[in-house]
Amino acid sequence: MFRADAIKDLIESALPACTALVYDDANDGEHFRAEVVSSAFDGVNLVKQHQLVYAALGDHMRSDIHALQLKTYTPTRWEQR
Amino acid sequence: MSEEHNVQDFIKDLVTGSKVVLFMKGNKFFPQCGFSARAIQLLQSCGTEFETFDVLSDVDVRQGIKEYSNWPTIPQLYIGGEFVGGSDIMMELYQSGELATLVSTPAPE
Repeated sequence: MFRADAIKDLIESALPACTALVYDDANDGEHFRAEVVSSAFDGVNLVKQHQLVYAALGDHMRSDIHALQLKTYTPTRWEQR
Repeated sequence: MSEEHNVQDFIKDLVTGSKVVLFMKGNKFFPQCGFSARAIQLLQSCGTEFETFDVLSDVDVRQGIKEYSNWPTIPQLYIGGEFVGGSDIMMELYQSGELATLVSTPAPE
């Protein structure tokens, strides 16, 4: 079991100028969905953007987070969405 | 494949041996996870041929593939030997039309 709030805190404290919206849609504490905005994503490709988020979550990605559907945005893209 | 470097060599051979390779749970007829199923659908929508490797069939590859591309989740897509992304990135690339372009670009000689 994991909490969406805990995921949000881990991501936001690891990335600069970051807002993470984390949803536990199934309310099962295992399958999450996140929208993450950060200036760290400027100028880096999608793979690297996702790797930054995964790095923030560390071992949780291999243990208590069973799945995390992820969408990353640079601040500019977030405003244009 | 008891030694780690052998797993990494094995994975490298797999991803460079075919143009489009998907590491997934299950196979293209019976995906064992929703994310793998979605990845299959996206590739089929692009009309491309592709190879799959079922990570559930090999615990060393299942772990080794996560280290190979520093990517903690399955499925993983490789095109021309390069890691492209997981199912979320595949969806973004599909919606922008880039996935179809990537799979149809001829491999360099």
